[in-house]
Amino acid sequence: MIRTTPFHDRTSALNETGLWQHWSGHVVVTRYQASDKFEYFAVRNSVGIFDTSPLYKYRIAGRDAERFLSGMLARDIRRCPPGNAHYTTWLDDRGFVLEDGVIQHRGSDEFLLTSAEPNFAWFADRVGRLAVTVEEVSLDIGTLAVQGPRSRDLLARLVPSVGHLPFFGITTGTIGGRSVTVSRTGYTGDLGYEIWVEPPDAGTVWDAVWDAADGYGMLPYGMGALYMLRIEAGLLLLGADFDSSRFVFNDAHRSTPLELGWAWMFKGLEEDDRPFIGRRALERERAEKTSRWRMVGLVVDWQDYDRAYSEAGLIPPKDHRPVHEDWMVYDADRTRVGYATSIMYSPVLQQHIALARVRPDLAKPGSRVFLEFTVDHHYEQVAAHVARLPLYNPERKTA
Amino acid sequence: MNTDRYDAIVVGGGHNGLVNGAYLAKAGLRTLILERRHLVGGAAITEELRPGFQFTTFSYALSLLRPQIIQELELTKHGFLPLLMATRFAPGEDGEYLLFNRDHDETLREIARISPHDADGYEQYSHDLDRVCQAIKPLLDTLPPDLFSDDPEELVALAALGSRMRGLDKRTLHNAVRLLTGSAADFLDDYFESTLLKGYLASSSIIGSKVGPRSQGSGLVLLFHSLGEHDGEFGAWAFHKGGNGGFTQVLARAAESFGAEIRTEAPVERVLTRDGEATGVALADGSEIAADVVVSALDPRRTFLEMLDPRELPDDLVEDIRRLKFQGVSSKVNFALDSLPSHPELGARPDLYRGFMNIGPSIDYLEHAFDDAKYGWYSDQPYIDCAIQSTIDPDMAPAGKHVLSCFVQYTPYQLRESDWDAQREAMADRAQAALERFFPGFGDLVLQREVQTPLDIERTVGLSEGNIFAGELLAPQMFFFRPAPGWSQYRTPIEGYYQCGSGTHPGGCVMGAPGRLAAGQILSDRRRAAGD
Repeated sequence: MIRTTPFHDRTSALNETGLWQHWSGHVVVTRYQASDKFEYFAVRNSVGIFDTSPLYKYRIAGRDAERFLSGMLARDIRRCPPGNAHYTTWLDDRGFVLEDGVIQHRGSDEFLLTSAEPNFAWFADRVGRLAVTVEEVSLDIGTLAVQGPRSRDLLARLVPSVGHLPFFGITTGTIGGRSVTVSRTGYTGDLGYEIWVEPPDAGTVWDAVWDAADGYGMLPYGMGALYMLRIEAGLLLLGADFDSSRFVFNDAHRSTPLELGWAWMFKGLEEDDRPFIGRRALERERAEKTSRWRMVGLVVDWQDYDRAYSEAGLIPPKDHRPVHEDWMVYDADRTRVGYATSIMYSPVLQQHIALARVRPDLAKPGSRVFLEFTVDHHYEQVAAHVARLPLYNPERKTA
Repeated sequence: MNTDRYDAIVVGGGHNGLVNGAYLAKAGLRTLILERRHLVGGAAITEELRPGFQFTTFSYALSLLRPQIIQELELTKHGFLPLLMATRFAPGEDGEYLLFNRDHDETLREIARISPHDADGYEQYSHDLDRVCQAIKPLLDTLPPDLFSDDPEELVALAALGSRMRGLDKRTLHNAVRLLTGSAADFLDDYFESTLLKGYLASSSIIGSKVGPRSQGSGLVLLFHSLGEHDGEFGAWAFHKGGNGGFTQVLARAAESFGAEIRTEAPVERVLTRDGEATGVALADGSEIAADVVVSALDPRRTFLEMLDPRELPDDLVEDIRRLKFQGVSSKVNFALDSLPSHPELGARPDLYRGFMNIGPSIDYLEHAFDDAKYGWYSDQPYIDCAIQSTIDPDMAPAGKHVLSCFVQYTPYQLRESDWDAQREAMADRAQAALERFFPGFGDLVLQREVQTPLDIERTVGLSEGNIFAGELLAPQMFFFRPAPGWSQYRTPIEGYYQCGSGTHPGGCVMGAPGRLAAGQILSDRRRAAGD
């Protein structure tokens, strides 16, 4: 039986399109009104509100929690003091990515980990003799993302400590008289926050945010807008841009964190003596430069794109709706050098963009490649260049 | 003489001046843009006329801006942000209405609600118009060939143009000719039966022009306004973040990033010439600045007859510029509102206003509005194109309050036995009464009203007779003939003196094409001169 989220009463009252989709066993809104692009602009220009409750959530606590996680997570959790959150990943012993997620360090011995798919057994089965409990709390917490340039002003009126909360900081407060945790996190690449509530409080908290937002131009946004935002933000999507190493059938579907562009997570790895799962493979990959790919942004050459369609007598389509499929990438000799996994026309960048893997030697920003489109039922290779992720990175995101 | 010397001086910091200056600076020219007023943008400005309320004083939406400019001037780096219009709303008589959103199928159902015939009529119309736009649009990015030159290059360009037209299918070419020469009403009658839908669509055929929807020539205005695009969608419009003033600030930042210098409150008195060549400009304060190239972003009347001494110019050019029709017919009436207007059937739903709202319920309504103008008076019941930008960009007004931009037509520059200083508020009262008729109680919402008649537009922005296109969009004033026969390629008879305003090809609207094409011409002339 498909579940509803703790905010379902509120989201369903606002959903004018009747369009829903399933996400981790929950029904969520695809788009609230006729245009997902309009919802997207609320996040880029004012503020949007999004029900992100279907994420899996695990409470990991106990005297040894930090020690346990420093061995489970590839990014050094010891650099995430209480009151902060971390974007992290966990690997298998071959150094392939199992998943990514955000972990909150809520108290000295307490963490909250989010993930897109079930990971309870992976963590619980590796506790061993450490003083750690792993608790499935996915359904015990509702999550509301409030994202966009006006999100800070709005939420600081409800929880004053939000006003000076740093990027990836966590604070607590009350909204509508209900206790909440607020983290400066999100999946939009913009200034934004997520509010973590107990399900019985969800409606009250939503209403309080909604009422406070009067005059802010806030709109609810659905999955369509979310996918647009996250591609511009260079945030990868499990099942689209990578898969969990645990459940695929061959290495072509596996990725290492270096291949996914997460080398930044391992700055200072030399000074950090943690034994964590996948560490030796990761060190070997770094030393021997055996990465097969590097995740990069692609920006499609607008002139070449227009040419390809105009020559066929077509009006060049500029569709903002993301496509999550493989698109082949070639070099100038028309040798295949990678593949894109998410592609869209970006309204803020006014260009077609993609998240793509290319051969590491082509990962330098500015490298010229060709992305294969289908024009008039035949393949057409269109010039593009490699660009650093995130492709859209407003200063306000971290300021 | 000031010792400062520039490669190029652009006279006028409107959007075309800024585009032109940005391209010249990008090409490495030491470029100075001189603006008479305290802010750049020309007619594309946003002003806070009441605390917290941002008014798009004149121009208020984007569509025709050439996409090349966005890319070539790297505008997204400087804050270019065209916000999507989510809906279009056309209230009709007796509470009838058409409300379009971004869902194509819903739009067709909405049309079918008032006319089943017009639902697929609309599909056919949109498709036919798209095909014409596809055929015509490349001309927006092309220098018009010089019909009067024996230069083989010009003959080749002319042949290429002919060959492109011959490449069109019969129906598209015929539709193009019908639009370019005929009336919008005749064209729309072929597709539609609904009075309201025809009124709504015909409204774009009169914007800024002294024609009615039944006048020959209104087809061209309709086509012109369909030639824009937003994110690849033909004919779609957007509101720029912060209004069109927000857009011209983006252009100014881009120009400066390429090294152009912008000086405001620097009115140019005249262009300096010696032996038929431009040598610089003289400012109103008596100072002079030297430059190899001077570019006028002003309208043709000012470019030729005010910046220069007409005696320096060929007689026929002086006469052609004198004959050029301006006759502005549109005004702006902008409101600060206490809350959203309420429609008798639909109430005060914000989604009614997330795009253009069109007061033009029938072709008859528009044509009657034109009748008044023909005899030198403003419309008793004017056509109004409304936009409540604060429903899309909340930074335009304080929380819960709104700004309403109203483009009001017809309000002819020349009034019969009166003038705009005497009629300004009476005209605005008519516009407000029209809004009251479709949105009862509207008047109670008004916190402030600001009126810009054609005379005000002329005084403030410098557009002759308040014509928003810097010269009417009439067939004899387009392409080969804009602004005058033989002078459609941005040059002037004075060597080193160029024109880049909306009075040149392809024309007005916030398009930037004149500024861009003129820069191309200037740079190619310089390359040619350097090669000689």
